[in-house]
Amino acid sequence: MIRTKVLVVGGGPGGYVAAIRAGHLGLDTVLVEANRLGGTCLIRGCIPSKALIHAAGKFDDMRRAVGDGIIGITLREAPSIDLNRTMLWKEGIVDRLSGGVGVLLRKANVRVLEGWATFSDAKTCTVRTGEAEEMIRAEHVILANGSNPAALPGLEFGGPVISSTEALALDRVPERLLVVGAGYIGLELGTAFRKLGSEVTIIEALERILPNWDEPLTNPVRRWLERAGVTLHLGATVEMVERREGAAEATVRTEDGVILPVAADQVLVTVGRKPLTQGWGLEAMAVDMAGPFVRIDERCRTSMRDVWAIGDLVGEPMLAHKASAQGEMVAELIGGARRQFDPVAIPAVCFTDPEIVSIGLSPGDAGARGADPVVTQFPFAANGRALSMEAGEDSGFVRVVARSDDHRVLGVQAVGAHVSELIGEFTLAIEMGALLEDVAGTIHAHPTLTEAFQEATLRSLGRAIHI
Amino acid sequence: MGRFVFNLPDVGEGIAEAEVVSWHVAVGSAVAEDDPLVDVMTDKATVEIPSPRAGRVLAITGGPGDKVRVGAELLVLDVENDEVTLLHDEAAAPGAAVAPLAAPTIPTPAASAGPLLTVAKARRTPQTSGREKIEAAVASARPTGAKPLASPAVRRRAHELGIALQFIPGTGPAGRIGHADLDAYIASGGSAAVAASRPAGSARLERIEAIKIIGLRRRIAERMQESKRRIPHYSYVEELDVTTLEELRAHLNARHGADRPRLTLLPFLIRALVCAVPRFPQVNALFDDETGIVRRHAALHIGIATQTPQGLMVPVVRHAEALDLWEVASEISRLAAATREGTAARDELSGSTLTITSLGPIGGIVTTPVINYPEVAIIGVNRIVERPVARGGQIVIRKMMNLSSSFDHRVVDGWEAAQFVQELKGLLEQPASLFVE
Repeated sequence: MIRTKVLVVGGGPGGYVAAIRAGHLGLDTVLVEANRLGGTCLIRGCIPSKALIHAAGKFDDMRRAVGDGIIGITLREAPSIDLNRTMLWKEGIVDRLSGGVGVLLRKANVRVLEGWATFSDAKTCTVRTGEAEEMIRAEHVILANGSNPAALPGLEFGGPVISSTEALALDRVPERLLVVGAGYIGLELGTAFRKLGSEVTIIEALERILPNWDEPLTNPVRRWLERAGVTLHLGATVEMVERREGAAEATVRTEDGVILPVAADQVLVTVGRKPLTQGWGLEAMAVDMAGPFVRIDERCRTSMRDVWAIGDLVGEPMLAHKASAQGEMVAELIGGARRQFDPVAIPAVCFTDPEIVSIGLSPGDAGARGADPVVTQFPFAANGRALSMEAGEDSGFVRVVARSDDHRVLGVQAVGAHVSELIGEFTLAIEMGALLEDVAGTIHAHPTLTEAFQEATLRSLGRAIHI
Repeated sequence: MGRFVFNLPDVGEGIAEAEVVSWHVAVGSAVAEDDPLVDVMTDKATVEIPSPRAGRVLAITGGPGDKVRVGAELLVLDVENDEVTLLHDEAAAPGAAVAPLAAPTIPTPAASAGPLLTVAKARRTPQTSGREKIEAAVASARPTGAKPLASPAVRRRAHELGIALQFIPGTGPAGRIGHADLDAYIASGGSAAVAASRPAGSARLERIEAIKIIGLRRRIAERMQESKRRIPHYSYVEELDVTTLEELRAHLNARHGADRPRLTLLPFLIRALVCAVPRFPQVNALFDDETGIVRRHAALHIGIATQTPQGLMVPVVRHAEALDLWEVASEISRLAAATREGTAARDELSGSTLTITSLGPIGGIVTTPVINYPEVAIIGVNRIVERPVARGGQIVIRKMMNLSSSFDHRVVDGWEAAQFVQELKGLLEQPASLFVE
């Protein structure tokens, strides 16, 4: 029987951050993780997918250099890829980061138990580690159990039907890949496998790709998909999948009601994620739910005293950085600080080609809130740094949404190559309550992509220089 | 000259943190040894902390309402000579400097030695510190419902100070609130430059008084919230004919008025509880709902809800089962006086097993008392009135009184509570039975 001040369930970006911070505060802390430290983000999400996307991009660049070549670089013969070795490289990154998390936890004096925690009441759980069982009783419990890929009814995972987890561990590039669901996970992986040489077909039930982002932002991605030869069926559904030896035959009903057979080596189902609320005794803890999620307040408190919940378990957005911010806050609350979760906005990034980022209100959101926004954008085609690294030809831009009366920046979005690295500045502007004049009055280094942000705000003020 | 870091000393057994009530010194003040520095509140007693040394105040931690951990930095003094053992050097300071979050540090020998505490002195909380009055005209620059504009650091600092940004006028662009605005707001006692926008004459009043709930008020708020959130309350009201009891009370007071304390109804009620509780042990109990254990107490420690200038307090008549009527009466009046004057010791204000709440002559017809968590019952006394009642077919005037009691339905069923109150009714209506074994 272990008695502890703080018990953290789940070693993902929510849980491990909470545990490290709790450890730094001198709180007696135990973290339970059934799989590997790092969670979905590190082991089978953000990090491995970005590694695969990077490798695919590099491979694609080289492939395009064959023959006529690009910017004067020519390869005599087509490059080849050994996906096994790519995966080993990816695993190396994951191992290094996961090991790093372990070191940080150890340095913070957090005790890590490997096993599956099952709760018998809100403050007591049993951890099965192989043959042994250990009971833990804690004063504070932080639930950071995370989420799993959602399955489609009739299209359960198994055989050729895979989730993002398996897609990130394939040992060879599938010749034909059918992606069901054109959200950011499906498009990121679909794009990567297209670049690696797969024939990719994407099925989306809604009328558009990336339904959480507005159309001007997603149009450049859609154009890339078309140019790259990805078959896109919008407003279409998968009627049936017949599993064969190492392959699948899907029946797709298109928007026009046409029944279309699609053969694929792998069917990747990316229709969202669902919180992991089953199989660990949540029902014995008597916490209130909010739909499929655990209900929390602005301090991540559940309805049960001293039981806290963070990350994917508590709702959208299911993003690692949200979980980490909540975890850090909860640890400090337990340590006696006065805190609340009150970000102005949470940034989101989509690593498609080109990349999309968003923070705060879109023009539509701002209009819906009666803000009468002023919206301007600045194209990367007019940015020197973008052109000098082949990032100016994908119709990318930075868009700024601000209040027309006091010029407060309400939202910033961008689409274009490498824009994921710009989101930090956008988020800082929103959190600091920047006005258009603040950004316009900040000297942005030349030549960088960030100049596009400054130019967009200058344009809002009627003072743009480079357009 | 040297820096002397004074950590909050251990102010009582089992106390991990104390709440700042008011400072007697400010940054820059000169203090002599033993000068009062600050009043802090623990549980329900206010403690004055004197200065262990003479010097000039360099820094203080926390304002009224802030909690400071025992062992965390309370203030820094600039002291005359540099005695190494008494000083934290710069290298040792960082751990203690972040007072609200730092792990408790061990008080320096200087901090823990000597008679530092004067527990529960007859010091009244100054009027201004208990209720920090914040006046703000809502009709400031910010449109109603708009979120105040402030950076994360300003938001966090304001939240830690318990200040709602809505009330702070922002002087930055677009009404942005900066650290300077927050400082100005605090310095002005929370009434920053909005006086000009106040309506003149006898126009409609738009002013809203925002009162920071701190100190005892906050403690009461937390306790009540805790009780109502955790305990499924139900109340049971019964009517008592106290004519005979009142006759007995008047008789005893007339007979012993000169040499013994005056008897109110409470000693009789407590006597009735002493008689009834052995048959109903489930009501004289504390329910630890974390571990699911009810602890039934043989001793009867009666909490007496008492209104004080600062708010509600509950002094405790200990071992009521071992006291006679007059001992109970004198103990109640002694505790009530001590509590109102703020001289009650901490253990006189805790440890009750069952609580009585009585509003005396303004006791109303019915009350729905809130249980003093983790107790499981509370007995409420309503006022005594003469009422016509039917007795044997005749209308007679009797002295009637209601008893309104609340119980924790998790551990006391309605049937049991009713039986218990009926037992009290029987005892009080036939007061002779109070004194029959």
